Amino acid sequence: MSTNLTIGKGINAGLRRAMEADPKVLIMGEDVGKLGGVFRVTDGLHKDFGADRVIDTPLAESGIIGTAIGLALRGYRPVCEIQFDGFFFPAANQTFSQLAKMRRRSAGKLKLPVVIRIPYGGGIGAVEHHSESPEAYFTHTAGLRAVTVANAVDAYWMIQQAIASDDPVIFFEPKRRYYEKAEVDTEAPLHAAAPMGGARIARPGTDATLVAYGPMVKTALQAAAAETERSIEVVDLRSLAPVDYDTVVESVKRTGRLIVTHEAPLTGGLGSELAARVTEECFYHLESPVIRVAAFDTPYPQSRLEEHYLPDLDRVLDGVDRAFAY
Amino acid sequence: MSDNTAHEEPELVQLLTPEGVFTEHPDYPLDIDPEEVRGLYRDLVLVRRVDQEAVALQRQGELGLWASLLGQEAAQIGSGRALRPDDMAFPSYREHGVAWCRGIQPRELLGMFRGVTNGGWDPNEHGFHLYTIVIGSQALHATGYAMGVQRDGSVGENGSAVISYFGDGATSQGDTNEAFNFAAVNNAPVVFFCQNNQWAISEPLERQSRVPLYKRASGFGFPGVRVDGNDVLACLAVTRSALNNAREGQGPTLIEAFTYRMGAHTTNDDPSRYRVAAELEEWERKDPILRMRAYLENEGLADDAFFAQVETESDRLAERVRHECRTMSDPDPLDIFAEVYAEPNVHIDRQRAEFADYLASFEDSGAEGGR
Repeated sequence: MSTNLTIGKGINAGLRRAMEADPKVLIMGEDVGKLGGVFRVTDGLHKDFGADRVIDTPLAESGIIGTAIGLALRGYRPVCEIQFDGFFFPAANQTFSQLAKMRRRSAGKLKLPVVIRIPYGGGIGAVEHHSESPEAYFTHTAGLRAVTVANAVDAYWMIQQAIASDDPVIFFEPKRRYYEKAEVDTEAPLHAAAPMGGARIARPGTDATLVAYGPMVKTALQAAAAETERSIEVVDLRSLAPVDYDTVVESVKRTGRLIVTHEAPLTGGLGSELAARVTEECFYHLESPVIRVAAFDTPYPQSRLEEHYLPDLDRVLDGVDRAFAY
Repeated sequence: MSDNTAHEEPELVQLLTPEGVFTEHPDYPLDIDPEEVRGLYRDLVLVRRVDQEAVALQRQGELGLWASLLGQEAAQIGSGRALRPDDMAFPSYREHGVAWCRGIQPRELLGMFRGVTNGGWDPNEHGFHLYTIVIGSQALHATGYAMGVQRDGSVGENGSAVISYFGDGATSQGDTNEAFNFAAVNNAPVVFFCQNNQWAISEPLERQSRVPLYKRASGFGFPGVRVDGNDVLACLAVTRSALNNAREGQGPTLIEAFTYRMGAHTTNDDPSRYRVAAELEEWERKDPILRMRAYLENEGLADDAFFAQVETESDRLAERVRHECRTMSDPDPLDIFAEVYAEPNVHIDRQRAEFADYLASFEDSGAEGGR
């Protein structure tokens, strides 16, 4: 059955289905219970699954991830909500030093099926610590997987795939796109969904490849639509760790140009990694250098300036122009 | 600071005086037979011997590092022998005595300090999690695990409990305090076992706390108790009681085992730079092994033949530990890539394959000397 869902509702429906399918799935975080989370993503789950499965935790991020690790070691599959991107950092030790490494340290004897949901990115006029794009910290940490969604279909399926994964998964939710709608077939079997690790060609094209993920996919599609003279292929990465380089490389081999855009700061971002990889793997196919359109190497600015800080349609189009200037 | 109370001497649960005289404690009756008492003595002697050998092996360059438990044997054996097979322990990195009680072989511990493994044992097989280096992290893992025990319905009759080990320094960490709070609000079946050995590397207790550590518990809403950490019988009795309370659904307890690290923090450390010899001499008089031996002798619970037999066993164990350490083989270089993820990862697979080819290229050039 096809249902019209927002990204937020898609995640909610995916969480519900995962909890129905497996009694070991738990939700935990600050305000995830009766309130349903500050973005209402866990709305209704507390009522239907009870306080033992939808756990309102003390206000302590390290505590949330640290106890989730313990629950996972006991055989549970906790899905943690970190309320906002900038609040993740108190949990960094538990995530980077403990969660990411425990499987390898145990030579595979332990599994850590923990999902950390992080509403991320800017564009909602919020105050400090509510608009960051910290994904590079996670993609640089071996042992973690990181994914993000750009539409309700992926939201519904990928949250279930993340929960089903025996690896820790960081699930980035583009908060300024929570209310974007799409038709979702909520009754298809989970295995019929596109694999979580694969990129998606969001719009085919022939002259340049524009790579985006999460909140920037919509902007990238707008840019491709605005380009009437050039045919721009848009690739939605979906998985940030590991990145499906094969899809990107094949696309660039066809188009000869690559522009990468993200909300995260330029230096050391995923765009830099993509530029390096594509240069290594398809140097002779490139008509121009890889162009990165990213946020600045500054702290996230006060919200009255975020429209200048975040790459918008014009800056993405400017990046496309720069790629064609060679 | 003059008003510091961290060192105040409160009631210490003690069953055995430093002279080896036994007194019943009204709150902590000890149900134990002579065979078990002799077993505790044997444990104390053997883990001290393993520890001494490990320090020597580090000095000989066989181990990269060792964190000695010298002086803390009673706290670890007493609490470790209080555990049941179904219980789960979350150690820091100095819990060699608890590991011993959980059936972990000394060689498995040494492997981590020699650098042949980052873990070394199957935590589920032994009910003993991997050593945790970042201070206090494991207190949260234990609490989460205990929340899982609750959800499994394993609290109550035939229930199980969880124990978390950490030191006095860890009580300053946010994670430990978050664990206290999560455990309290969830009434989780977890026992926090703090070995207050008086020193966090070079920092004395008064740099960690203004109040006696066991008193922290009351601020979180659960009981705290200070036990003589050099008295193996008291540690056993107090830990059994706390574990039983946890199992039966009465929630967490903080046990502060008041003890002393007689050696260095690790083999990298030089305690002569920060503490005076008189302090060590004072604690040597409270040595956990001497007092157990005095007790066994005073009560006629063991004869010379027993002590001689433990000594022989200790020598054989030391020999075995030395041999097993020196003959441990290095891991395969490609182990770098093993078990990073449960699911296939094409990047790691590629890097592994490239590195394997690179290594093989030296094998090909072996005839010319290679590397």
